[in-house]
Amino acid sequence: MTGILDIESLDRAEIEEILERARFFQPPANQSYRRLDILRGKTIVNLFFESSTRTRVSFEIAAKRLGADTLSIAAAGSSVSKGESLVDTLNTLVAMRPNAIVMRHAASGAPHFLARHLQIPIVNAGDGTHEHPTQALLDARTILDHRPSLGGLRVAIIGDIAHSRVARSNVHLLSKFGAEIVLCGPASLLPRELEQLAPGVRLAYNMNEALQGADVIMMLRVQLERQHEAPMAASEYFRFYGLRLEHLKLAKPDAIVMHPGPINRGRELSSEVADSQRSVILNQVENGVAVRMAVLERILG
Amino acid sequence: MTLLIKNGRVIDPSSGFDAIADVLIRDGIFAEGSSEGARVFDAAGKIVAPGFIDMHVHLREPGIEHAETIETGGKAAAAGGFTTICCMPNTIPVNDNDTVTSYIVQRARQVSPVNVYPIGAITKGSLGEELAAIESMREAGIVAISDDGRPVMNSRVMRRAMEVARALDMPVIDHCEDLNLSAGGDMHEGAQSVRLGLRGIPSASEDVMVARDLLLAELTGARFHVAHLSTSRSVAMVAFAKSRGLRVSCEVTPHHFAITDKELSGYDSNYRMKPPLRSERDVEAAIQGIADGTIDAIATDHAPHAGSEKMQEFERCPFGITGLETAVGLTLSELVHKGLISVTRMIELFTTGPANILKLNRGTLKPGAPGDVTVFDLDTEWTYDVQQSSSKSRNSPFHGRRFRGGPVATIVGGEIVWSRNL
Repeated sequence: MTGILDIESLDRAEIEEILERARFFQPPANQSYRRLDILRGKTIVNLFFESSTRTRVSFEIAAKRLGADTLSIAAAGSSVSKGESLVDTLNTLVAMRPNAIVMRHAASGAPHFLARHLQIPIVNAGDGTHEHPTQALLDARTILDHRPSLGGLRVAIIGDIAHSRVARSNVHLLSKFGAEIVLCGPASLLPRELEQLAPGVRLAYNMNEALQGADVIMMLRVQLERQHEAPMAASEYFRFYGLRLEHLKLAKPDAIVMHPGPINRGRELSSEVADSQRSVILNQVENGVAVRMAVLERILG
Repeated sequence: MTLLIKNGRVIDPSSGFDAIADVLIRDGIFAEGSSEGARVFDAAGKIVAPGFIDMHVHLREPGIEHAETIETGGKAAAAGGFTTICCMPNTIPVNDNDTVTSYIVQRARQVSPVNVYPIGAITKGSLGEELAAIESMREAGIVAISDDGRPVMNSRVMRRAMEVARALDMPVIDHCEDLNLSAGGDMHEGAQSVRLGLRGIPSASEDVMVARDLLLAELTGARFHVAHLSTSRSVAMVAFAKSRGLRVSCEVTPHHFAITDKELSGYDSNYRMKPPLRSERDVEAAIQGIADGTIDAIATDHAPHAGSEKMQEFERCPFGITGLETAVGLTLSELVHKGLISVTRMIELFTTGPANILKLNRGTLKPGAPGDVTVFDLDTEWTYDVQQSSSKSRNSPFHGRRFRGGPVATIVGGEIVWSRNL
């Protein structure tokens, strides 16, 4: 049974199919969603071992709009706190015969590890600092709502790249479609080996350089919870790696600003940028539901 | 009790002997003269070598017997062709005093089919602060000191340990790892760790400690041994130290010359160990070091862990893999049959190499030495099945791997303690 564990192992055609299908699930302007019954009778368990609001709710709404039954489990109140191992927890849930598991976990590779031991499709909703495949898919859907194709686009991804699963998934996806990707951040958050992650990637330690001629600007949150060393002071970080209105002049005139959320105003981007016409942050959230509907349908439909 | 091992190709690097011959063991000791009334072991078509020594294993007893015991570890050693093993002190309690040392020595006499020599801790509880009861442990039977797995970070403490070891003419073995540089690391730091989102253990975390220890070895005149060396720079530094006449030696594990960090793609904890699997360049350097004599011994760092501990998220799993039963097969397949080293060189790495470091009267077929023999097949292919392992644990990345050549009989003190048909 195959779920979706990462973008790296998907091929271009599979990604295109998901993105195309997601377009079908986008609601027409000013209309509300209609509940479909594509996944009627299916049960999807959302298992979040790390706190999450947007991703969990997004998956839940996506499943419900497809007619599936869902339940969400936050690990804090679960058997995990009683010392049960991850495999045993999953085996217990699988014994109740759900049709798929959507999981988020703080350990990189946790869904890959489980997929080797369980016979149920697993959708990775973010594993540690590895990948967050549905985020990259919804980001691609959002870019494609503003650009005809991904090929040849210049995408600047700025922030805490080292700890970002969003960055890794986006790099793999964008690279498969021939985009140029500039990764930018302070040296401690931008390991040099990132350049070898996929074709078309280069690194920049200077934000102005990274923004030059960009079609897309993706800002990332500084993931203090994953850093094990004293972080750069917030003011210093914002001064050199925070996106402000004056920066937008360096990018293409119609460049869009993205952020996977949650955003920290005044840390990685200014309030003015977050609220500007260039920001598509809420479109990303909206597309999250459509893309996850396409993913769930693909796995269970 | 007399045993005659007949018709094998006898290779003994300690004397330079290599010919079809018979080996006679009388009363547990290599002997010459009449073999009348001897039990005969036919080794035709096989290689007869001095008993192999693994100077780096973890037997988990006392304290962690659910993962391994002196008995099961000893049986796994026998099944891997080893007649002698040295066990690291990171048990519970730590082997940092003569009571624990004596327990291990006596227990091994009762239950282990192979010879067991304990290695004592450098510091009390291997906490890196106060020196352990090194002289008492020496009297109880340790052959070296090491805080394996919990390297002594304090250079002054390490210096004192080397001074004591020098006075006792005993080697200091260090698991070279700067714990600040490696903190929180899961695997070798490089393109693969960045790709997998796992935290890196840089090569430099080993290199700085090797450099420090070599400087301290020069300062103190101690005999110093690098455990499970894994980086190209460590190999170069040891070669440099040897060229300057320092009394320095080192070992490499089979997994560090056989596989790289590329194998780690599936987050399989059987590929999680310290030092981590390194890059191709490091593997090449290790093989070069084995071939040119910089590396003195092959040791397994056999580190059994119970299934439940390895059946977790990668970053939560303990470090280490088992290795006793696959070492000879890997060395033959990856080094000898690829033409990188000769069979004789391989035997040196398992016999005279470790025996000279630890000053053991073993690793030789000379008359008068203990009658330990490893008989192995050079060419027959076989597949490793970890479910059949004699070890209590199953954490091997080599399950299902095909080997060309492997051990067929293990003889300790003239007694056949393990054999199989290949």
